[in-house]
Amino acid sequence: MNLSIKHLYGLEGVPKEDLTQIFDTAFSFREVLERPIKRVPTLQGKTIVNLFFENSTRTRISFELAEKRLSADTVNFSASGSSLSKGESLKDTIQNLYAMKMDAIVMRHPVPGSVKLLSQFVDAVVINAGDGTHEHPTQALLDMMSLKEKFGKIEGLNVAIVGDIRHSRVALSNIFGLKTLGANVALCGPPTFMPYGVESLGVKIMYDLDEALQFADAVNLLRIQRERQGKGLIPSLREYRNLYGLTRERLENLKKPLTILHPGPINRGVEIDSDVADGDYSIILHQVLNGVAVRMAVLFLLVGGK
Amino acid sequence: MQIDKMNGKVLLANGKIADPVGEKIYESDILIENGIIVRIEKGITPKNDMETVNLNGQTISPGFVDLHVHFREPGFEDKETIESGCRAALAGGFTKVCCMPNTDPPVDTQESVRFIYRKAEGQIVDVFPIAAITKNRKGEELTEMVELSSAGAVGFSDDGNPVVNAQIMRFALEYSKIVDKPIINHAEDPALKADGYMNEGVVSTHLGIPGNPSIAEEIMIYRDLTLARFTNSRLHIPHVSTKASVALIRQAKANGVRVTAEATPHHFSLNDEYMRSFDANGKVSPPLRSEADRLSLIEGIQDGTIDAIATDHAPHQYDTKETSLDMASYGMIGLESAFGLSMTNLVHAGHISFIDLIKLLTIRPARAMNLSLPGIKVGEEANLTIVDPDEWWVFSRKDIYSRSQNTPFIGRELTGRVKSVFAKSSYIRLQD
Repeated sequence: MNLSIKHLYGLEGVPKEDLTQIFDTAFSFREVLERPIKRVPTLQGKTIVNLFFENSTRTRISFELAEKRLSADTVNFSASGSSLSKGESLKDTIQNLYAMKMDAIVMRHPVPGSVKLLSQFVDAVVINAGDGTHEHPTQALLDMMSLKEKFGKIEGLNVAIVGDIRHSRVALSNIFGLKTLGANVALCGPPTFMPYGVESLGVKIMYDLDEALQFADAVNLLRIQRERQGKGLIPSLREYRNLYGLTRERLENLKKPLTILHPGPINRGVEIDSDVADGDYSIILHQVLNGVAVRMAVLFLLVGGK
Repeated sequence: MQIDKMNGKVLLANGKIADPVGEKIYESDILIENGIIVRIEKGITPKNDMETVNLNGQTISPGFVDLHVHFREPGFEDKETIESGCRAALAGGFTKVCCMPNTDPPVDTQESVRFIYRKAEGQIVDVFPIAAITKNRKGEELTEMVELSSAGAVGFSDDGNPVVNAQIMRFALEYSKIVDKPIINHAEDPALKADGYMNEGVVSTHLGIPGNPSIAEEIMIYRDLTLARFTNSRLHIPHVSTKASVALIRQAKANGVRVTAEATPHHFSLNDEYMRSFDANGKVSPPLRSEADRLSLIEGIQDGTIDAIATDHAPHQYDTKETSLDMASYGMIGLESAFGLSMTNLVHAGHISFIDLIKLLTIRPARAMNLSLPGIKVGEEANLTIVDPDEWWVFSRKDIYSRSQNTPFIGRELTGRVKSVFAKSSYIRLQD
């Protein structure tokens, strides 16, 4: 039952067997979440710290709920008002926390690689909850779990990821995971949102949303950061919406079913219109529930056996 | 490191001389008296009044010259001092170094140039200050270049910062003609660099790390070469790192532009794949580039486009490296590993000859900065670096004499090692 990985830094290089086992475990935890008493004693006596150096609502709550459902002891640390603002280094902060005997650390940090860096200083299981523009593996796992739930399998599935790929950890983790599981992946957005040489990851690039929708069985819409507008990457949110916003009209013209995912939080009226986000094709709220289940699975498989 | 003062007669016996001027290597003994070479011939008979050092076939080169080091003094003495930097230089076989002015305060006044010379007094290594191009390295107003030059500045650079304003760069190049000393511009367009801290390419895309594109360097090098052509001034290009940069410099040289260029051991020894480790010791400016860039740099070294190997020795304490990549300081130390990396990745890898490497470490950098370089000739000062080109060794922390140990090369297997130095009537043995 053990995974080949000891930490979850990202999905790059995580083998298919590990992903499959995470999904199988997650589906059984999904059943737990449907019960009246949503708690199992699996991680009783384990201590997990949620270290968030960047704002997060849903990811932090999702992890925290997953930990509590598994009966772990949890503590939360967030950067605002913490010692980091007093100039303590990341290494010192982490070593101090670890000195209080933690079994696992769930960490979000605004800089790529920081989660891996952290693991050199401590002997705890380390789980990446998003490191800058690098990876956000549990988000991609819950996206893929939701696709698996919807389609039965991921192999051969056509998935389009739309939006600011260059600045997206969600996109990168999805690409790694989906390619490992044999999906076909297209990226769609303006060229200024495409990172250098991204084709090398084995994905197609499309600048036309309708072409991407034609290709796709499922589409994952990334949140457009409003501050991008001022940096010259896109002329305006209005033009972005006209080119890449998912509207009811586009869906009607498509004349085929489509599954819509979004990692949240949604910018209604930018990357997706409200009636589409709340419409029949959307599985956005399923994703949120699966997020708790998949995080329970990751914690159970990495921390439980330790 | 063992330093023995040898004021009398010293016989360096059973060595080979690598002469970068005559481009030849030959077996010979060298007799030194009061620090001056008095005889060069085979089979000098040792006498009682001589101290004899048996070199057992090791090779004697003129002392190495490094055009680009950061000795951090004044202002950052926790990272390096002129004294500790000189020890690191000796450990790498360098007897002459040019230190960059990005200190605190920066070297932009006569007094600060004199401070460097005062601090280096009594050192075996000669330290030559490079002064700032602009006041406070801000890129706005020229420094008093003529005064700085008469105080002993050998060139001008705002290294670490580019001179962004093309008009200021033009004026700097023009004005420097009074003293005929090179302008050394850190070529990196800040708008294109943006918040990038590794090379922009396939690897940065895989890692999600903000990229600093090669075009940020190339566009500014093109600008500087164009200005140097237009003003007919001397330009030295530090730490060349990209394929197109090498091509631009090659073409400019063919067109008669007065330009020289240097490459660092880390840029021809590593590529951006190193950043997959997320190790901040690989964070340098300019960044480690792609394999294609690395190979082009070696081609530039082969065909003479690159004049010098310079280390860009940039010490930082470990706490500024054991941190997230955005916060980590730029730079790595380089003096102690430079010869081993150059031998391993240039000579033993079959790209250049041993004597070509000696030229890149001695006469060619000396010429680029107008430094006098004593040759291995009777009557010249004995300023010698003795190497074993074939010794296999593993670079480790005990080989480091810098106050800082920020290098990604710890544990690296190298072939070719600096064994000892003779300079200023002192014989320095580097290993036991």
